[in-house]
Amino acid sequence: MLLRGVALLAGCYIIGQIIGESLGHYLGINNNVGGVGFAMLLLIIAQNELEKRNLFHVEMGEGVMFWSKMYIPVIVAMSSIQNVRVAFNNGFLALLAGILPVAICLLFMPILSKSKNN
Amino acid sequence: MEYIIELLDKNGLIVAFLVTGIMVYFSDWFSIKLTNKKLPGSAIAIFLGLVIAYIGGVLTQGKSGIADVSGLSGFKVMGGPMFRDFAIVSTAMGASFAVIKKTGSVGILSLFLGVIFSFVAGVGIAFAFGITDAASLTTIGAGACTFVVGPVTGTAVGASSDIIAISIAAGVVKSILVTIGTPYLAPYIGLNNPKSAMIFGGLMGTTSGTAAGLAATDPKLVPYGAMTATFYTGLGCLMCPSVLYFALKAMM
Repeated sequence: MLLRGVALLAGCYIIGQIIGESLGHYLGINNNVGGVGFAMLLLIIAQNELEKRNLFHVEMGEGVMFWSKMYIPVIVAMSSIQNVRVAFNNGFLALLAGILPVAICLLFMPILSKSKNN
Repeated sequence: MEYIIELLDKNGLIVAFLVTGIMVYFSDWFSIKLTNKKLPGSAIAIFLGLVIAYIGGVLTQGKSGIADVSGLSGFKVMGGPMFRDFAIVSTAMGASFAVIKKTGSVGILSLFLGVIFSFVAGVGIAFAFGITDAASLTTIGAGACTFVVGPVTGTAVGASSDIIAISIAAGVVKSILVTIGTPYLAPYIGLNNPKSAMIFGGLMGTTSGTAAGLAATDPKLVPYGAMTATFYTGLGCLMCPSVLYFALKAMM
């Protein structure tokens, strides 16, 4: 059961990446266009459909959950292989690019919250 | 000594598990003991990752951060695109269309606005700093969404590693800011019910920041904000390397 969960995740991953890669191929650019996004959508759909049919075993979920919990450590490892030495001079750019979006999105928060009451 | 380094390199992935584990353990300890959980352990750990990448770069003058240091080459496998994308996709588990439908169109609108505004803001700042090629601008714009969307997009559009590092750093800044700021701002932005938490998660994205920030505000709101934030990651990974990249390329 555990491996079925991992296999479900792997299936969604591969199909999503193929969609992303094919899309890039047919659009004439050699990029993977949103493969991860497609894979995430597939996993959500697969899980919801399996749950509806009562086929989603708890242990299957655990097979996926393991990877979900490995997510931060993998991101940590990813950070530690980047070319930070060269990026270092642009530290201020990174700081601003992190702050400004939060400020802008905060401004829209009250507007969106209010609109839901209408 | 040499045979030990050879052994470490041969078992690279396992060594990376060990070293990353120690880093995450230290970061959690630091978060709890020294910041009273005000700074999330995950953000500290990712920042620590960037720090050791810098150290690795200075020591070896290489391009792959800590992975250039002998004995630590396994970081390339653990932090490479395959494991990264696999782990990211797994976080979509537990998200449900039925729940997001409950917030109605405003929940979905908040997702799109959140991704597009963050992207535009990030691109604008990068442009102001003199970056002009579409791939780099897109990557930094994507990093302004989250520290995951940035590198996923950067790999897809073929950005250089230093640009990807900037996009990660931008995402980490955003995550820390949301974590620290949310409890203080909550009363002013009406963040006190499940629906507003879902809108907040949709606008901010950054799952770890939103979850930690909401936990400090009201733990009952965490699942709602984390739910839309998960969709945000998916939407960001979908839109940034595609429509947003094309739009930017057409403009440049």
